[in-house]
Amino acid sequence: MIPTAFEYESPTTVEDALRLLAEGGEDVKVLAGGQSLIPVLKLRLAGPELIVDLGRIEGLRGVREDGDALVIGATTPHHEVATSALVREHAALLVEAAGTVADPQVRHRGTFGGALVHADPAGDLPAPALALGASFEIAGPAGVRTVAAEDFFVDLFTTAVGEDEILTAVRVPKRTGWTAAYEKFVRVAQQWSIVAVAATVRVEDGVIADARLGLTNMGSTPIRPAAVEQNLVGLAPVGEAVEGAVADVAAGTTPPDDLNGTADYRRHLARVLARRAVVRAAGA
Amino acid sequence: MTVTEIGSPRKRKEDQRLITGRSRYTDNMVLPGMLHLAAVRSPFAHARITGVDTSAAVTAPGVVTVLTGADVAEAQGSLPNAWPITPDQVAPPHPAIAVDRVTFAGEIVAVVVARSRHEAQDAADLVDVDYDELPVVLDLEEAEKDDVLAHPDLGTNRSAFWVFDSAEAGTGGDVEDALAAAGADDQILLERTYYQQRLIPAFMEPRSTVVDPTADQITMWSSTQVPHILRLMLALTLGIPESKVRVIAPDVGGGFGGKLQVTPEEVITMLAARRTGKPCKFTETRSESLMAAHHGRGQVQRLALSARRDGTVTGLKVQLLADMGSYLGLVTSGVPILGAFMFPAIYKFPSYRFECTNLFTNKAWTDAYRGAGRPEATFAIERLMDDLAAELDMDPIELRRKNWIAHEEFPFTTVCGLEYDTGNYEAATARALELFGYDELRAEQRRRRDDGDPVQLGIGVSTFTEMCGLAPSRVLGSLDYGAGGWEYAQVRMLPTGNVEVVTGVSAHGQGHETAWSQIVADRLGVPFDDVQVLHGDTAIAQRGLDTYGSRSLAVGGMAVVAAADKVIAKARVIAAHMLEAADDDLEFTDGRFTVRGTDQGVALGDVALATFAAHDLPDGVEPSLDSDATFDPENFSFPHGTHLAAMEVDTETGQVTLRSYVCVDDVGTVINPLIVEGQIHGGLVQGIAQALFEEAVHDESGTLVTGSFVDYLVPSAADVPSFITDRTETASTTNVLGVKGVGEAGTIASTPAIVNGVIDAVRHLGVDDILMPCSPGRVWAALQGADKGRGAEAAVPTVNSPEVADRDIASTGAVQTGTDQGEQQ
Amino acid sequence: MAKKPITVTVDGVSCTDDVEPRTLLVQYLRDQLGKTGTLVGCDTTNCGACTVHLDGRSVKSCTMFAVQADGHAVTTIEGIASDDGALHPMQQAFHDSHALQCGFCTPGMIMQSLDIVTEHPDPDEATVRENLEGNLCRCTGYQNIVKAVQAGARQMAGGTPDATEAGAA
Repeated sequence: MIPTAFEYESPTTVEDALRLLAEGGEDVKVLAGGQSLIPVLKLRLAGPELIVDLGRIEGLRGVREDGDALVIGATTPHHEVATSALVREHAALLVEAAGTVADPQVRHRGTFGGALVHADPAGDLPAPALALGASFEIAGPAGVRTVAAEDFFVDLFTTAVGEDEILTAVRVPKRTGWTAAYEKFVRVAQQWSIVAVAATVRVEDGVIADARLGLTNMGSTPIRPAAVEQNLVGLAPVGEAVEGAVADVAAGTTPPDDLNGTADYRRHLARVLARRAVVRAAGA
Repeated sequence: MTVTEIGSPRKRKEDQRLITGRSRYTDNMVLPGMLHLAAVRSPFAHARITGVDTSAAVTAPGVVTVLTGADVAEAQGSLPNAWPITPDQVAPPHPAIAVDRVTFAGEIVAVVVARSRHEAQDAADLVDVDYDELPVVLDLEEAEKDDVLAHPDLGTNRSAFWVFDSAEAGTGGDVEDALAAAGADDQILLERTYYQQRLIPAFMEPRSTVVDPTADQITMWSSTQVPHILRLMLALTLGIPESKVRVIAPDVGGGFGGKLQVTPEEVITMLAARRTGKPCKFTETRSESLMAAHHGRGQVQRLALSARRDGTVTGLKVQLLADMGSYLGLVTSGVPILGAFMFPAIYKFPSYRFECTNLFTNKAWTDAYRGAGRPEATFAIERLMDDLAAELDMDPIELRRKNWIAHEEFPFTTVCGLEYDTGNYEAATARALELFGYDELRAEQRRRRDDGDPVQLGIGVSTFTEMCGLAPSRVLGSLDYGAGGWEYAQVRMLPTGNVEVVTGVSAHGQGHETAWSQIVADRLGVPFDDVQVLHGDTAIAQRGLDTYGSRSLAVGGMAVVAAADKVIAKARVIAAHMLEAADDDLEFTDGRFTVRGTDQGVALGDVALATFAAHDLPDGVEPSLDSDATFDPENFSFPHGTHLAAMEVDTETGQVTLRSYVCVDDVGTVINPLIVEGQIHGGLVQGIAQALFEEAVHDESGTLVTGSFVDYLVPSAADVPSFITDRTETASTTNVLGVKGVGEAGTIASTPAIVNGVIDAVRHLGVDDILMPCSPGRVWAALQGADKGRGAEAAVPTVNSPEVADRDIASTGAVQTGTDQGEQQ
Repeated sequence: MAKKPITVTVDGVSCTDDVEPRTLLVQYLRDQLGKTGTLVGCDTTNCGACTVHLDGRSVKSCTMFAVQADGHAVTTIEGIASDDGALHPMQQAFHDSHALQCGFCTPGMIMQSLDIVTEHPDPDEATVRENLEGNLCRCTGYQNIVKAVQAGARQMAGGTPDATEAGAA
């Protein structure tokens, strides 16, 4: 319940934050909302020398439009994403996904960027971000670089963000008029996803014109089942047709085998949830 | 006595401080110079301690001292077990701090005492302990084999073997005869093995203890259900004169049996305070609490039941393996014995045999958890009755009706020798069926089956009874319990007419302050608000046996009644003197003594004032109305009820949803319906949680995998529905209040109702058992197994709960169990 | 490690203190300010007993450092009754509905309930249940808590707690 002692800095600019990271070496942790980091510190599973809190940097928080993209600041709380009119209009999938993260209190503090950089395989934002083709703005000593979602999630709890870098914003291409569903499977409401499937679709004349899917907790990183997305195009969004199209959604996945279910069970769940997500998204 | 308060939905007196944050939980306590404790706990389930190096810790900032097992070996004694169930019960010494061996993961090996919690925790990380790992035994069926021993020194994992046999006791026939006869054509033999997973009480307030050694009498505040037992046991364990110890249970944040214990942490805090001469505090984290506070349940239940084809049960044989964990706590060994008398439940079984083998494993010790023995028994019999009904293709209600005790047959002596005083199972069941819409739901169930709906509906039935009001002291004596079952109360008349009621039971959420006020207000005819109830402090409530086993009202409430009656008797003498009348001519109603046939009278408050002044009392009468009483019940009380659950099973995912739940409970006379309803609601969710969510899971090395609320799934408001609750009232005849007890009813009844409902939803698909908790993964695996005929893969391989997905069921005749563990694993 | 000075408005009172950076907000409230009404029930951000408001919205004070609250306003269970001691309508509703037993989850429950009303002035049962997913209670089975939140919300809207069924599930 008591973290080990650390030094604490709360820079007000990205430049200062980067300087602190550079000086701090390996034992630095970046604090955003802290809803994953602080429990880890309390259980003493990590014991950094220095914590750099991004909470006081202006400009990292909020949702804005930038041409054909939404720009979501890294320290925008989940609650703000879930209730943002802009997000609802242009990236509906994130509304439901961000609204299912943990519980309301955590959604008030926890941040969009923080959750993505934390990259918990059971977290609810990586798969939607991947499905939406988001790109990630990462500031580092050499300036700002942009990383595509497929290159961002590297492994369990590991992203493209280096130790001397900070995620500043996430660019989400507008998918205005697309509808979405996030099918999250849990045993109790507050739980991390056992499996979840994110789906966002564009329906034209009663058939699926475009579909993008993301799988949560079906491997060490989120998965975008591109073949299944292709299968769905041109289909009427009804159960049987969709069921066939998503039959291979779990092919090649390596889901965990733990208290909440075997790997086989998770693959089965992914198929059921994919069908449900697509049908519900199309009907939304 | 005019009854206006009893039965009234009084809002609770306890609430004001709790809703405004002016609570007094133990961890809120701060004393001058107080030191803080942090524990070093074993990561291994079984290991020899080969070295404890505290040198870095003792020199760390703020550290006052570090205690190891070796440091306190002489002083710490052995933690108590108050219930040696057999004369030859085997038990290891139970140190507060392990000395040379640890026997479960989480056992304390050293304790740092420092000026702040932060410093204590920092230094605890610096204590270096060397271990030699030893083989662990975790699974009950493995423990039974005695191949690997939890305590090699004992030479066996068996702590005790306890038997009740109705033929030997003369309370019924010989069950072996009944089972043998079931081989005949017109009879049925059901054999089943059910598993009671380990649970964790998970009271919301982590345990905390503060000890102040700075006065002549050492004061301990502790988050405990049992301040009186704790005081006595501290004295016996540590060799401190009992009179030198005062124990206070201030606001206590839930217990559910989990705080019915004398804990290592309490003993250690006492030792640390005495050694340092400073007030000391030990507050556990949730992780520590889940790991090392005692667990509950943990049984393998091997059952055989014989019946005629008309549904009449002829015999029941129960063979239990009960998981003690690695030590015997306060009543660890007795918990399964409390269940021994409850397997025959509400039924007229003619023969019964119960055998229990208590086994040690390398896990945290088990002990009381809400219901303690009785939920396990109720689960087994209610699951069996449903299986029997399915086997006979009978409605489960009809089968129960055929076997239960009819209301006109009370009082009824059961095959266990218990005398059930009253009950009306017909009335409770009829009301429950009506509220539930039983026939409509059965029709929907048929529809869904016929349509092959992916969501199937099941109806779970549980008709339960329990023995409450623990306990008649002579019965406890006959069961070798180390204490009696009486309870104490004192009623004090203040000169203003206010009343102080002291009770020996110790509330931790049950609303005693309110309910006792209602009883006394009626009894003495004083306003509800004029009554103050005091409890939970051995210096104020100087005697008591505390709160557990749904005993507070049926035993403690009766002591209050007896003490109040003594006050009236004492006041009558003084009132007669004041009114210049004979005692016999006085009537006492509504708080006033009146001379029969006149309008002359005096209020009890005036008598209290006159007694206080003592200027003019009758000769030889003491100037005090204060009275105390100790009540020892003649019998247990037997609440009962009928619980019905409508369960939806999503056959695609295995997800189980509780759609509706109706319960009609008969808890006898109700003092406060608000409190009764609240107890039922909370009990239901705990029982439902056993059925669907909770399990203490250990990995193969004995580490608790469900070591935080991330994995130990206590349901939230979002995970359960609202319930429809109602009552029938058949007053108990074993106490003048007519009360029976309600604290455990919901928990006891709901677990089998839920699981029966889940099975009922999928039985037609070939599934007749799913392990608790019925997680979606397990349900799905069972359905997959059913598709393949049998032998489903284990959904969640856990050490202490082997997966059993389905069984062979012969379509006619004897039903044989298919639970071969070797095959299933 | 060096302590940091912070100024936090707690229940309307500005407090300036030096804290270790690792001090959790709940530890600051309880240990330094004596605000022991806010309780700690777990160490993994699950139970919600420590829920307080930060600038008007609910947060778990065990999952925030006191230094992060510097310059912000915190409201605890001890700061919601009127100055004259009159209970907040939500506190009253918890009392009236018998929505507490041992009381340990109650401060967090009440603070989260107020947050629900901020967003849902007349919440139905499902909304209340969903939004209490981060608050565990072991005693009540939640039924009376849900009732209390709905009654408290109606009372806060100026109605009587039992006046209407509007919005009730």
